[in-house]
Amino acid sequence: MMSSSFNIFRVGISFVMVCIFYKSSVDCLPELSSQKYFSTLQSGKASLAYFCQADSPSTSVFLEELKKAVKPLQDYGISVAKVNCVKEEASRYCGKEKDLMKAYLFRGNILLREFPTDTLFDVNAIIAHVLFALLFNEVKYVTTLERLQNIEDSLKGKANIAFAYVRAIGTPEHRAVMEAAFVYGTTYQFVLTTEIALLGSIGTEDIEYAHLYFFHCKPVLDLTQQCRRTLMEQPLTTLNIYRFIKSMEAPLLTEVAEDPQQVSTVHLQLGLPLVFIVSQQATYEADRRTAEWIGWRLLGKAGVLLLLRDSLEVDIPQQANVVFKREEGMPVEYLVLHDIDLVISHVENNMYTEEVREDEDDDIEGPDMDTLGIQDDEVAETVYRDRKRQLPLELTVELTEETFNATVMASDSIVLFYAGWQAVSMAFLQSYIDLAIKLKGTSTMLLARINCADWSDVCTKQNVTEFPVVKMYKEGENPVSYAGMLGTEDLLKFIQLSRISCPVNITSVQEAEQYLSGELYKDLISYSSVSVLGLFSPTMTTAKEDFTEAGKYLKGCVITGIYSEEDVLILSNRYTATLPALLLARHKEDKVESLPLANTHAQDIVQMITNSLLETFPEITVENLPTYLRLQKPLLVLFSDGSINPQYKKAMLTLIKEKHVDSLTPCWLNLKTTPVGRGVLQTYFDVLPPLPLLVVVNLHSGGQVFAFPSDQAVTEQNLLLWLKKVEAGLESPITILPAQEWKPPLPAYNFLRMMDAAASQHSSRKGPECVKETDVQENDKEQHEDKSAIKKEPTETLRIKHWNRSNVFKAEKSFRHDNKEL
Amino acid sequence: MGLSVARLWGSPGLLLTVALYLAHTLHPVQASTPPHRDYCVLGAGPAGLQMAYFLQRAGRDYTVFERAPGPGSFFTRYPRHRKLISINKRYTGRANSEFNLRHDWNSLLSHDPRLLFRHYSPAYFPDASDMVRYLGDFAARLGLHVLYNTTIAHVTLNKDRQAWNGHYFILTDQKGQPYQCSVLLVATGLSVPNLVDFPGSEYVEGYESVSVDPKDFVGQNVLILGRGNSAFETAENILGVTNFIHMLSRSRVRLSWATHYVGDLRAINNGLLDTYQLKSLDGLLESDLTDLAIVKDREGKFHITLKFYWEEGNQHADAITLPQDDSDNFAMRVAYDRVIRCLGWNFDFSIFNKSLKLSSVGEFSKKYPLVRGSYESKGSRGLFVLGTASHSVDYRKSAGGFIHGFRYTVRAVHRLLEHRHHGITWPSTEHPITQLTSSILRRVNEASGLYQMFSVLADVVLVKENATAFEYLEEFPTQVLAQLETITGKQARHGLFVINMEYGRNFSGPDKDVFFYDRSVGHTEDAWQSNFLHPVIYYYRHLPTEQDVRFRPADWPLPRPTAIHHIVEDFLTDWTAPVGHILPLRRFLENCLDTDLRSFYAESCFLFALTRQKLPPFCQQGYLRTQGLVGTESLRQHRVESGALQDHAAVDRHREDSYHGRVGHPQAPGPLVQPLHSNKEEL
Repeated sequence: MMSSSFNIFRVGISFVMVCIFYKSSVDCLPELSSQKYFSTLQSGKASLAYFCQADSPSTSVFLEELKKAVKPLQDYGISVAKVNCVKEEASRYCGKEKDLMKAYLFRGNILLREFPTDTLFDVNAIIAHVLFALLFNEVKYVTTLERLQNIEDSLKGKANIAFAYVRAIGTPEHRAVMEAAFVYGTTYQFVLTTEIALLGSIGTEDIEYAHLYFFHCKPVLDLTQQCRRTLMEQPLTTLNIYRFIKSMEAPLLTEVAEDPQQVSTVHLQLGLPLVFIVSQQATYEADRRTAEWIGWRLLGKAGVLLLLRDSLEVDIPQQANVVFKREEGMPVEYLVLHDIDLVISHVENNMYTEEVREDEDDDIEGPDMDTLGIQDDEVAETVYRDRKRQLPLELTVELTEETFNATVMASDSIVLFYAGWQAVSMAFLQSYIDLAIKLKGTSTMLLARINCADWSDVCTKQNVTEFPVVKMYKEGENPVSYAGMLGTEDLLKFIQLSRISCPVNITSVQEAEQYLSGELYKDLISYSSVSVLGLFSPTMTTAKEDFTEAGKYLKGCVITGIYSEEDVLILSNRYTATLPALLLARHKEDKVESLPLANTHAQDIVQMITNSLLETFPEITVENLPTYLRLQKPLLVLFSDGSINPQYKKAMLTLIKEKHVDSLTPCWLNLKTTPVGRGVLQTYFDVLPPLPLLVVVNLHSGGQVFAFPSDQAVTEQNLLLWLKKVEAGLESPITILPAQEWKPPLPAYNFLRMMDAAASQHSSRKGPECVKETDVQENDKEQHEDKSAIKKEPTETLRIKHWNRSNVFKAEKSFRHDNKEL
Repeated sequence: MGLSVARLWGSPGLLLTVALYLAHTLHPVQASTPPHRDYCVLGAGPAGLQMAYFLQRAGRDYTVFERAPGPGSFFTRYPRHRKLISINKRYTGRANSEFNLRHDWNSLLSHDPRLLFRHYSPAYFPDASDMVRYLGDFAARLGLHVLYNTTIAHVTLNKDRQAWNGHYFILTDQKGQPYQCSVLLVATGLSVPNLVDFPGSEYVEGYESVSVDPKDFVGQNVLILGRGNSAFETAENILGVTNFIHMLSRSRVRLSWATHYVGDLRAINNGLLDTYQLKSLDGLLESDLTDLAIVKDREGKFHITLKFYWEEGNQHADAITLPQDDSDNFAMRVAYDRVIRCLGWNFDFSIFNKSLKLSSVGEFSKKYPLVRGSYESKGSRGLFVLGTASHSVDYRKSAGGFIHGFRYTVRAVHRLLEHRHHGITWPSTEHPITQLTSSILRRVNEASGLYQMFSVLADVVLVKENATAFEYLEEFPTQVLAQLETITGKQARHGLFVINMEYGRNFSGPDKDVFFYDRSVGHTEDAWQSNFLHPVIYYYRHLPTEQDVRFRPADWPLPRPTAIHHIVEDFLTDWTAPVGHILPLRRFLENCLDTDLRSFYAESCFLFALTRQKLPPFCQQGYLRTQGLVGTESLRQHRVESGALQDHAAVDRHREDSYHGRVGHPQAPGPLVQPLHSNKEEL
């Protein structure tokens, strides 16, 4: 759509000649020898050239971005070229070394600026920098309030100011400001800053984002007076700035005496609504003051008009004092609002749809209405793709209203509550069936399922109103809800560990020893690497109760046992524990620890046991990451392709032992077992250094990622030194993880707008609002016949509007740009 | 239909009233406090019993007063020809009992599956006596407290500051026994036949007493006044034996399949339309009944003339001008043997004392008492009208005048009372926001209350702060949406969704062609033009005000929302299609709440957890709480194929191959980076 602007054709002509030998005329970057390049430079025309060695690779990030910048820069009459330096050539622009290549900006054959390629990091940066250099006089860069004040003072009574704060030069916001300055630079004084402090002193609180203020200095005649300021509330995009400035140009208040339905101002073209303040002769002065006040408040958000009721020919409802017109062609709303704030909030609330359309506009070239129907939920998509596969559902018992109670009473059962139409529960059903296959014929636990889409009453009675839910029913016990990962392995673990009671009652010292050695539940220790044993003397009833409660809570997560026979001292002495105590048998390490348990509540016991399950240097996996994230510490991750290098492991363990990494969660990741780790690395590194890689990820505050230099040996000393530097802030992060919120991936259909469009169409066709009884039938017929015609219209209209709007801008640009060339 | 309460009193009743009134005023103290009930229900018809059921389950102090010796006495006589026109669909192919209630128009709500009407009749259009038996069982099996043979003859108001509503309702039965009630629930139905007064109306037989034996009509010319179901039911019965039947009414016939209103003429009764249009002497005429006069000739036959002629004549049969004297092709120039009045029923206002301010809807409409959208009388607080008599709220729109509709509105009233007097907030469930799409889908696919009481009762989703969770309230009366907080005891501070069911605007109506070509919509982007009943979801950033509700646009069941979504109509009323129904709904909810409601496998959440500072709600509420969705190998395979997952193993190989030649250059995004992935990047 954009490329059809005639502007491009005109400017593009000179390039077509060059490009014709190359590729399509769009996005092509002419490659010239330096001699050729300098011969093509025209006086007065700006040109950006990237000099590089002829033998250098034909692609790089920079070149990709430069290609993208070709077209937009052409729109501003700036040509772009890649100049190949031949070896023997001694042009001063050709750098001496491969990586010292630069881009140069010329006007005619005069060099304006040189840019190291790393400042031009992407297409936005390229355009922003180039325009910034060209518009050196039009855009004043300031760093102090004083300087800003001087500019403001000097322009009072003369011109208005557009003052922008961007976080950094080269950002998309900076580009947007520069593009606006290109169009409006002679009309308004543009002032730019990157100093947060400066913005803060103007009184903005939320400085995280870019800001643009319009200083109304032209009307100020008294030099001691401040210029009135209007903040642009929309995000800084080229289109938004254009609209904002356009609305600043429009008169603050217009008086009209015609049917509001017919009134149109520039605001409507800009997609802003109109607010009519209804006035009468008698109260004219006061109304006008009110309207002006509202005008200031709504500046940039809506057009404000004063509607003179007395000289109006059409009737408007008697009590209405405000008329609201959302957009051209739509019926106006008559409102009764007795408070200025109500007027303001009415407009602001109705801006909502406006924002939605903004989104549509922004990605109009990307997803249009058709893509809304493309599934972007991976779970829904995969389940749908898998719908035709026959699952061996018969391995699980399907329950119904009639069979449910009888079944769960008759035997220990696991029940999956799912809904046939809900993708997540259908995805989990597959894991459940896999589990049934694994357990086939071995488990005493009955695997059952119930489709809540059919038996919603049963599910509601079992207190299941979300899906999926897994519950375990055991005779004489309350049903237990499963709270682990929705996958085969974790559910299997839960089922297996739930076979034994929790805690298990151990009755002899010998049995306790077997329990601690893992002999007693040999088949279960693969599911729980730790066995927990509570030791109590028979009289410690409260402590025992607390422990039993904790055990129940941890049912299915870990093996717990309790010993409180008279001879408990034998055990406590053997493991040097003071009663009441907790023994933790770590089967992998063949080690038994003891922890005192005096006056510990159930909640805290649960915490103690859960913490004891955490390893000091775990292999991080998809399943266990959440448990380690709970510690809220930055992760120190060693990415390893395959199992971990013992030397590295040793170094890490030593650091851990010496308590150097207590503020971190050290762990390692095996890319063979957790292939998604590669996706993580791709985000961290543009260029992936060889593995293994050691990285600190500060997930919980700031999102910085630090990488251990790959040229250093992984030794304790080096690691420690590096970690200290990271901690001291001496290392610079390789990347900062984005902190964006998760917004809707795509817009929704705007049915309200479609309904309004259809309604206004009807009413305009029908003429006056009230239709005589006899006419109704006729009109209805007409409606039905017309339906197919109406159907497509709303989206079409939308697009046309957008097209018009962006072309207004284009046309204006090219107009202005003609001036420049002259 | 409801139950009729005594009209046995003419002047003696009046005397009784005066006597009682005197007794009260003369000896206010001496009159010992009458027996007190928190809740008094008038009438043991379907609505009264339904309310009794809810009161009983909640353990409330209540009594139902019934004139007759058993429940549902209306159905012992009506309909005269005994066939109920509410459907008793016993098979739907679905197991979901809530869904099946959508097609069971006779059962009352209870926890006992034996009390479903399908156990009482195999007929699709059951016999009225089965309804009587059913209601009898309902009252008996559930042990409802009904006082039979108790005719409440008079209801007055007794001001008392202590009372819940500032006054007590004093009910007096036929023996003069008073009862004191805190809340009065009137479920007396419509019991007074609607009479039209015109000269000669004394010759007209009423539906309530006319013979139902076709033999009595053999070879007769019959004129029926009215064009509702009772009129057509009467005609249907005698169609085969009469010479012809003419039907006369003020306005054109309204066919329920065109208006989507079950109270209009049902196809099961419309045999006469067929014979009229197939030139079989029967016919329909439109004229205002109040302009008519009936003249009886010497042979006892009836002639139709105009009141105007009758008034100017000397009122002697032979002297009155007949229309055919002026216009010899007047349609009703034949003489009739019988004239039958089938004009429906009105509410019986007579037992309510003026102090109750129980007025009718309008000067000209005495059919229904005036109630608010909450079914509470506008005149006195604490007086609610239930059942058929409460139909003014949705007359000619929804099903509130019929069992399958008012069983839900009664429940809504009960929920309101539970909060008002017992501090029990409107029942609701709270869920994490990731369950929002599911919760809505579940209800639109099974809920019967929404389906029957479309545009009158709607579900409400109250969004919690920061849109991380929501509360789901079922079947709230839409007309009192503005009072939601006081009625339910819930907070609606952070926006709300209202889930409603609607027919397409302009689709229904007596003159509409509901079979026009291309009447159904299939594309999701055209969903707003859906014609058949379909779910519509309204989003409000703030709770609408009373003003908003009252001055909502014409034809809108609810005030104009911030955004609206229509789920496209479905031929099977099964709104579970992943792309056609669920996806657009999710996009709508996402855009209202400004968040991402997609679901993700644990692996994706893992990736996000390590590469972003914030996680989508699904990962936050599932994966981070160790409840991530792991998925199976075959699903994983589908993910790779669909492009949702970058096959890291494959990238691995690819990378190793290319590593040596291209050191120092970033990995170009290969073909493995696909649309889904790029969508995420755009976030």
